[in-house]
Amino acid sequence: MEQRKLFKGKRTRTPGGETIVRLSGVRKRFDPQTAALDGVDLEVRAGEFFSLLGPSGCGKTTLLRILAGFEEPDEGRVEIAGGGMQGVPPYRRPVNLVFQNYALFPHMNVFDNIAFGLRMKRLPGDEVHARVGWALELVDIAGLALRRPHELSGGQKQRVALARALVNEPEVLLLDEPLGALDYKLRKQLQVELMNLQEELGLTFIYVTHDQEEALVMSDRIAVMREGRVEQLGLPEALYERPASRFVAQFLGTSNLIPGTALSEREVETPLGTLRVAETLQSGRRYTLSIRPEKVRLSRNASRGPNRTWARVDDIIYTGAENQYLLDAGGFELVAYTLNSDIQEPGYEEFDYDERIAVHLPEENLVVIHE
Amino acid sequence: MNKRTRWTRLLPTLGPGTVWLLVFTLVPTLLIFYTSFLQRDPHGWLSGPLTLENYRRFFGIGPDGIDPLYLNILGRSLLLGFVTTLAAALIGYPFAFFIAASPRKNLLLLLVVLPFWTNFLIRVYAWIVIFQRKGVLNALLGQLGLDPVLLYPSWTAVYVGTIYTYLPFLILPLYASVEKIDWTLLEAAHDLGAGKLRGFWHAVFPQTLPGLIAGILLVFIPAVGTFVISDLLGAGKAILVGNVIQQQFGASRDWAFGSAAAFVLMAVVLAGLWLYARWAGERGMEELV
Repeated sequence: MEQRKLFKGKRTRTPGGETIVRLSGVRKRFDPQTAALDGVDLEVRAGEFFSLLGPSGCGKTTLLRILAGFEEPDEGRVEIAGGGMQGVPPYRRPVNLVFQNYALFPHMNVFDNIAFGLRMKRLPGDEVHARVGWALELVDIAGLALRRPHELSGGQKQRVALARALVNEPEVLLLDEPLGALDYKLRKQLQVELMNLQEELGLTFIYVTHDQEEALVMSDRIAVMREGRVEQLGLPEALYERPASRFVAQFLGTSNLIPGTALSEREVETPLGTLRVAETLQSGRRYTLSIRPEKVRLSRNASRGPNRTWARVDDIIYTGAENQYLLDAGGFELVAYTLNSDIQEPGYEEFDYDERIAVHLPEENLVVIHE
Repeated sequence: MNKRTRWTRLLPTLGPGTVWLLVFTLVPTLLIFYTSFLQRDPHGWLSGPLTLENYRRFFGIGPDGIDPLYLNILGRSLLLGFVTTLAAALIGYPFAFFIAASPRKNLLLLLVVLPFWTNFLIRVYAWIVIFQRKGVLNALLGQLGLDPVLLYPSWTAVYVGTIYTYLPFLILPLYASVEKIDWTLLEAAHDLGAGKLRGFWHAVFPQTLPGLIAGILLVFIPAVGTFVISDLLGAGKAILVGNVIQQQFGASRDWAFGSAAAFVLMAVVLAGLWLYARWAGERGMEELV
């Protein structure tokens, strides 16, 4: 039954829809000391797969609950599909939520669970039947209509929860870590299915997750959240390639963060020596340079040019697809990944413990963080 | 593993319970069933031969038709059982939520259980003190300039006393259900378009059903068989099936008729439970039975 599907659509990553959700200056406090949301401004476009990404306690779930109507913001404005949401209860909002723990009604079978929203709208019986049938087909669980939730596996429950929300044709589908409770393989598979579904239906998804890989794979745009604020918002590639803060650089993937002081417009004095960057700097100011481990070039033989140094191999982690090297560059720790592609060309060499190797930090790969 | 070893393994765990049920439930029930077909001899002892006379007498079947004396009494008991259960549910249901939501739930639970620390008879006598002609209630009414009411002895007093006595038996199991309610289901219902009332009905009420049903059974069954409360607060004039049975085993010394009355009562209650189980089964609520 669980046939593996590949992502069918072509992800353009440039959705041009109109704004469907607009948050401005949203603040929420549950206790006087800490703000759950500390002034959030966001715009989500129609038809977009939008992710809220951040560690636990960053406010992403609170934001989702404000959109669903379970919490009212203390300050700020929420608009969904052109309408202000102040004082609008959850049952009158054009959104549906897929709950983290599914929240299926245990005393109803799958069919009745999915039919619930339609029956609340008092649709006629044959229409309910037709639409629930469509939803069951959509998520590939037509054979489970008469099962009770306790007779379903985690993945099947997730499909029911999804169908129960989708069948109402919401303007925006809110998803609260919907794959969090599933094992790795099933999660990977459902990620693809969710993307297909979103593409097929042209629906707007707002997807809360703490899994950076999930967010990178699935989203059109990502808002990285931290301590109740949006730290950075943009395309997955932009967030990964051009992190704007140390937090984003470290939360999305792994980064080497190198502190330093600008010597001139293009040069930074760092523990690794003087490094050239591709950006104009203010002389004398402190910066952090960030470089992804896979963009660090390693070789046995020294090459000429700037941004080069020597390092000793401290540790090697073999992950299958790549070798991860832990390097000691004159007391400064660097991480570098090389692909295990067996290609005999520079950059694909393999190194040994305690070997002294040449490290190149290409200036176009050094991201300047203004912190 | 053969049958023999399985039995010897099960014996230590199932044995005591089985023996208990046999000795204290099955054997006495069979004895009462047998007794209900015997007769009272002139000295008040039991004697043969076996007869249906006791049942005929209870149902009042005579040559001139049916004399509903005992059937009326049975009906009164069932009515008391229904009204008590209904009242206890109406009072207890919101109260269980109130306890669960309260920051002082332990104190409130203690207050619910507190009456059990006092002797049951004393608590019933306390209602006499409240209801009697020059009692607490009339003193209060007098203070307010109102006419006194005569509630002792009366059916009202019997009903109040019964509801008061059995209310905790409804609250406690219901509270256990309310404590465990998964409130995200209510959020899910709201999210899917259910307003406050429908959200409660579809997402919260079903979760309280196991506790509510347990409570209803714990109240209805003893309330139908009540005799002490009706005896005291009705001053001997409020006659229920329980009183009839008690009289036969006591003053009237007609154990055979008393056994027949007890058996009819038991049959009615069991029939009610069976009907309920069937109803619940049809609705796919097997797990609630």
